[in-house]
Parts: sequence; C-alpha cells; structure tokens
Amino acid sequence: MAWVDTVLQGLLLGGLYALFATGLSLIFGVMRIVNLAHGDFSILAAFGAVALVDALGWNPLLALAAVVPAMALAGWLLQRVVLNRLLGQGILPPVLVTFGLSIVIQNALLEAFSADSRRLDPGGLDTASLALGAGLAVGWFSLVTLLVAVAVLVGLQLFIGRTRLGRALRASADDPGTAALMGIDDRRLYALAMAVSLGIVAVAGIFLGVRTTFSFSSGPDRLLFAFEAVIIGGLGSLWGTLVGGCILGVAQTTGARLSPGWGILTGHLVFLAVLLLRPHGLFARPRRSD
Amino acid sequence: MSLLAVRELNAFYGDFQALFGVSLEVAEGETVAVIGANGAGKSTFLGAVAGVLPVPREAVRLDGDAVGGLRAHRMVDLGVALVPEGRRIFPSLTVEENLRVGAHRARSGRWTLRRVFELFPRLAERRRQPGTNLSGGEQQMLAIGRGLMGNPRLLLVDEMSLGLAPVVVKQLYEVLATIAAEGMTTVVVEQDVSQVLRVAGQVFCFRKGAVSLAGRPAELTRARIAAAYFGA
Repeated sequence: MAWVDTVLQGLLLGGLYALFATGLSLIFGVMRIVNLAHGDFSILAAFGAVALVDALGWNPLLALAAVVPAMALAGWLLQRVVLNRLLGQGILPPVLVTFGLSIVIQNALLEAFSADSRRLDPGGLDTASLALGAGLAVGWFSLVTLLVAVAVLVGLQLFIGRTRLGRALRASADDPGTAALMGIDDRRLYALAMAVSLGIVAVAGIFLGVRTTFSFSSGPDRLLFAFEAVIIGGLGSLWGTLVGGCILGVAQTTGARLSPGWGILTGHLVFLAVLLLRPHGLFARPRRSD
Repeated sequence: MSLLAVRELNAFYGDFQALFGVSLEVAEGETVAVIGANGAGKSTFLGAVAGVLPVPREAVRLDGDAVGGLRAHRMVDLGVALVPEGRRIFPSLTVEENLRVGAHRARSGRWTLRRVFELFPRLAERRRQPGTNLSGGEQQMLAIGRGLMGNPRLLLVDEMSLGLAPVVVKQLYEVLATIAAEGMTTVVVEQDVSQVLRVAGQVFCFRKGAVSLAGRPAELTRARIAAAYFGA
C-alpha cells in the first residue's frame, strides 16, 4: 500500500508541475521562444501573494484574484515592450534577454523580501486530507492543485481549438509569414499568449508557496522541472505536459521513497531516459520539417 | 482612378536589389497578368504590394492612398489579399479552419464560407480534413478560397499554376474568370503564359526586376512576348 501511496502522491505532484510547464509549453509552441525567466515569474507571483498577505491579511488563495491578472498584465507588457523587438533575430536574443530577466527578478526579490524562506498559509486547507480507505489519504490541496491543472488545460485546449484567436495562434505557430497575410498581427497574438502563460504560472507559483517553502532563488529549479515535464510530454502537446508532469512527479516521489536524497535525482534520470529513447517526447505533435 | 497604382517601385532584399523602377496601374474590376521567367521579380512585386517587403510609402497607392511598406496584416485590413506561392496551407488547421482563418479580419462583403464552398465543392466535401491532406490543385483552391474569405478589394495570386496538372490549371482559370465576373480586381503571377492571357485584360512581362513589356493581350504578338520574356 505504501507504494500505491507513493505513486498517488507523485501523480498529485504532477499536477503542480503541469501548471508550471503549461505556460512554458504554450510560449514555445507559439513563438519558438524559451522563456528562461518562467520559474522566476512564478516566484515573483508567490512573493506578490506574500506582500498581499502581509499587508492586508488576505488568504493567499484570495490573493490569486489580484496576482494572476497582475502577472498576465506583466506578461503582456514583457512581450509588447521587450520580446517583440527581438522577433526574427534568431533564437539567441530571447534566450539572453529572458536569462537576464531571471537574474534581475531574483535580485529584486532578494532586495525586497530578503533571503528568508517564506511560505503561504491558506488557513488549514494545506494540511487537511481526504481519507480514501485502506490507509490511503490525499491532501485536499494537492487534489485541488491537480484539478486546477486539468481545468487550466481543458480551458486552454478549448481556447486554442475552438476560438477565433486560438485558430489564429495555431496558424501563426505553423507559419507566421502566411498568418500575417490573413491579417493576423503576430505581435498582438504573442502578447496575448505571454499574458496567458504568466497568468497560469502565477497560479503555479502561489500553489507552490502553499505547498512548500520558497525563496528568491527558487525560480530556476521550477524552470528545470517545467522543462522536464514539457520535454517528457513532447513539445507543443498540452496534454503531454500533464502526463510529463505526472511522470516526473511519480519519479521524484518514488526516488525519494527509496532514499530521501534521491527524489530530484530520480526525476532527472527518468527525464534523461525519455530524452534518449524518445527525443521528441511521448506526445509530440507532428510538425512540418521547416 | 486606378485601384492599384505602383510608381517607380524599387525593392531590396538586404543589399540585393530585386525590383528596378516598376510602374503599373490596375483598374477596379480588372484582371491583370504578371508574367516572366524565374527570378524576374514577379513574386517580389506581389510581396511589395502586400506588405511583405519594406518599400517607400509613396511607391504603392491603393485607391489613391499611399500604402507602400505597411505591414502585411495592415494591408489585409485595407483589402489586399495575397495567395502566396506554394499555397502555404496551415498544416495544423482543417480545410474549414484554413478558410475561417482567412476571414480573421472579417471585412464585410459577399464572400462567405458557404459561397466559397459553392465555388469549390471539393473543399466542402473535405472540410474536416487537415488542409495539407489535399492534392496540389485542391490546396490551390483552398488558398484562393482562403484569400477570398477576407473579402479583399484586390486579390493577388502568386504562381497560380506552378506544379499543377494542365486539367487542374484549366479548372482554376475557369474559377478565376467566375471570380473576376463578380467584379474582383485580380493580379495573377504566372509562368504559364497561354492560360493567363485568355483571362487577363492587361499583361505585364517582368525581366530582371523591371517591366519589359506591357499591353493588352490582343495587341501583343507571341514573338514580342517571347522577346520580352527571355530577352532578345
């Protein structure tokens, strides 16, 4: 039963990783840009919630309502003011700029919030659990996290698959030059995608803060896990991102069960194994070779 | 007044000059053929009109307004649709979605999904399939339909018949005549001269980035066209 519990906890952890990975996957799928500051934006959002909790005494889950729109706006501005200027200059400039942003955000957080580890207290929800019988129990909050991840993915899937803007996103991801001939302004579309991406990662950051402690320098680790989830699932596949997150989560909890220090390492090893056996991931969407 | 007036248009790819002082006018409702050999600058010309290439504002006028160098998506708003060389169907989109994305900036007008399907019944049959599952000829129909969905005032078709079987080319030109009969102003870039001369009111032959011959098809002899096309 203990092993069933380990796998179950890993799957639930996968929900959180999927939330981190979804925005990364979206941005890569639409723009072929890797946002190296993705993890730091999640920590920025978590500290945003800390500030609201400290100043106004809000429940961190209420802070979501303010932080998520603020981060979406930040994403929109980031794309409009910075990243759109780098379009068509190859893959290196966005990598350098987002790497720089990562450092700037970390140092700004260090200045503003010191190097102390922080945590968000949602008032009991984080410790409440649901007994499943046979000695198994799942934390309510982990369950909510997974359900939110699924809801976000369903919502995103419907948006991309069924709406006019989603169709334009797919067209632009296929062939931006021809999409422009359809009257699609790729720069506006990219700003929208970045807003969605950072809005989702803001949810991930706040959920992370409820689940565990974080500090100004927690971002790069989150980016790495998000990366691994995306690669395992397959670039550009939204549901693959959830599966990738769950595989990574199960690998980490299983490794940690074998020996407490092995969790992260086992996750990396599974990631490397997938990279060796299926370099395009498990659910990669077929793409044109160009 | 001409719907499209291009005056002394020079266009560059970096340091490479691809067009040298091209001037031409297209009247409302007219079908114009642009012919010429590979590398003559025909596609560059369409790209310059459609906003794909940066060109001086005054070099391209649409209905009297200077529009040269506006970005491609702005030109769509102004009613210029380019059906690109190689069809450029979106592989992630179905046939119907490819058409709908053509109406992204819904200018109002007579072209709707239903009317495009009437024009190309083959597309209606295959509306749920990925756009790139179609044959070359069907993809060209889809690309033209996608262009029409934006209800353009000016339809630019690049390399209409490239790589297509003669029977398909004949069908496409019949459709083009139908579209023209509804009053659409069309510029067709073509290497296959015989077909396009039948539908065109004016023909411009390009050579080495400049207009080497212009006139009405009836006024031009084969020998003059051949000389302008290949250089004498």
